[in-house]
Amino acid sequence: MTSGQRRLSAVATAAFVVSLAAACGGGGNSAATSPEASAPSSAGASEPAAGLSGEIKIDGSSTVAPLISVASEAFGEEQPQVKVPVGTSGTGGGFEKFCAGETDISNASRPIKDEEKTLCEGKGIKFTELTVATDALTVVVPKENTWAKCLTTAQLKKMWEPAAEGKVKTWKDVDAKFPAEPLKLYGPGADSGTFDYFTDEINGEEGASRKDYSPSENDNDIVNGVAGAKGGLGYFGFTYYEENMDKLTAVEVDSGSGCVAPSVEAAQGGKYTPLARSLFVYPSTTAVKRPEVAAFLDYLSANIGSLAKEAKFIPLNAEQEAKLKSDITALKAG
Amino acid sequence: MAILSTPASTVRLASQGRPLKEHLFRIALLASLAIAMIFLVVLLVYVVTQGWSRLDLNLIQNFPSLRAVNAATAGVLSGIMGTLWVVALTALMALPTGVLAAVYLEEYADKTKWYNRLIELNIANLAAVPSIVYGILGLGVISRGFGLGPSVITGAITLSLLVLPIVIIAAREAIKSVPPSIREGSLALGATQWQTIWRQVLPASVPGIATGSILALSRAIGEAAPFLLLGAATLVRFNPDGLDSSFSVLPVQIYNLITNSRPEVQVVGAAAIVVLLAILLLMNSVAIWLRNRYQKRW
Repeated sequence: MTSGQRRLSAVATAAFVVSLAAACGGGGNSAATSPEASAPSSAGASEPAAGLSGEIKIDGSSTVAPLISVASEAFGEEQPQVKVPVGTSGTGGGFEKFCAGETDISNASRPIKDEEKTLCEGKGIKFTELTVATDALTVVVPKENTWAKCLTTAQLKKMWEPAAEGKVKTWKDVDAKFPAEPLKLYGPGADSGTFDYFTDEINGEEGASRKDYSPSENDNDIVNGVAGAKGGLGYFGFTYYEENMDKLTAVEVDSGSGCVAPSVEAAQGGKYTPLARSLFVYPSTTAVKRPEVAAFLDYLSANIGSLAKEAKFIPLNAEQEAKLKSDITALKAG
Repeated sequence: MAILSTPASTVRLASQGRPLKEHLFRIALLASLAIAMIFLVVLLVYVVTQGWSRLDLNLIQNFPSLRAVNAATAGVLSGIMGTLWVVALTALMALPTGVLAAVYLEEYADKTKWYNRLIELNIANLAAVPSIVYGILGLGVISRGFGLGPSVITGAITLSLLVLPIVIIAAREAIKSVPPSIREGSLALGATQWQTIWRQVLPASVPGIATGSILALSRAIGEAAPFLLLGAATLVRFNPDGLDSSFSVLPVQIYNLITNSRPEVQVVGAAAIVVLLAILLLMNSVAIWLRNRYQKRW
């Protein structure tokens, strides 16, 4: 062996050992991970059989993800051998993966669209829609805003409709009573179920919105944008507003029967129209035949109240909760 | 290097009666350097102060958690392990392929042939393709086309394709820097072309190849965009246990943690950035060490 050759093989061996060590480390460490703090798991109505294993792939709406992530973690403490990865590709992106057969459960912040149904049917994937929580889509303005305590749906439409693009530039353009403060709009991007729902309810057509606003898939950007501009206005799920109440004011919404502030009670009781919406999960019927998926859904329905509370979601009312339970029973039987 | 090694006395002599322009140029050089350094320092100080309260062993021992009860102990173990798996596999696939391709292009390819020039041009172009495009390729062809799904192996193949052009270019530069006299000497002594390459050219170019490859892998470690497309899940509470396992990587987890609405979760994200930076600095240090240790001068 020449010295050069020795050097070459030394470096090659070193590189190989490093790679192998990394790869083996991955396998070795998984057994040695320290236990997480045990959670106060509420007593499940139907305790699933112990020792299940497998993987439940979940993807979809980033609005629903916090709830399902908490469910995944809590379920994992009961069934440590079941892996439940949760992705956040957005409602549309989630259905795309779901209908390609890549995921078992899809999270959605709006009902499945007809073209998505067709896509799923083409691949022979059947599913059921389960309502797991309620959301009050909240319109927010910064604390400095003293004039917009309550907005009618017509005023919101005037701000957000496609025709407003380039024309409605100040609050005065929305209503002559408002000051001439420049209107700075923030909202979710077009991949978001929140965007689909808002445009459908306010502008009358799903996906129809002015384009000259600041879109972001990251709700924190919307919070910071609105909080930093006196004439700012944005919209997102109620959970985000609850966590940023110190920076933002929620606008009351008037859809013809008086101003209603977004709240847990108003959303549950159906008074916060038209912006209260249901949040869904779509399990595939094939996946439900697997015991771990059935156990996960059982866990979800048995603990939905406490899970929603922990994830700071608006829980289902008694009637919706009963429907969730019966839907899951029917799904497992079917 | 050359300027630094000029004897100080010479510099002193030269600086007497130095024109104003030269002073200005010197200041411009220092200012450019300062801008780069200041931003690096600001970034480091910022993330370390942001993540300081969670820079502990829990961070690298525990899985991510969004539950409030686990706020003080949540970590990014699955992201670290996912990243190590994917990058190790990428190294195993991309480095041999890249080096062999570079050997072909430098030692065997006839540069007067149009197809070889086309290949070279394409490799240079591929190195500049944005990583999100590789993500689309990975999703459409590797994940769905080959049916590998959103698994560790899909991520590793996608990353391999991403770093391959960079590895090829780095390896070619290293091979090119071996003086022709070495090859000619070897051939004159009766060695075959294969023996010349294996015993003379490759050993001499190892430092350059190793440095370039590690820098390419450092780039791979920081990639989030292709994984977001591939569907690396954001909340993963297990380590990869095989090539077909679901996984998450550190950049994707950081992205997800930072965008969370709760400040205590954002802190974990900042601490995870420090971990990622530490891994990157470690890899770059190894690259520098390899270069200095094995560098050869003719």
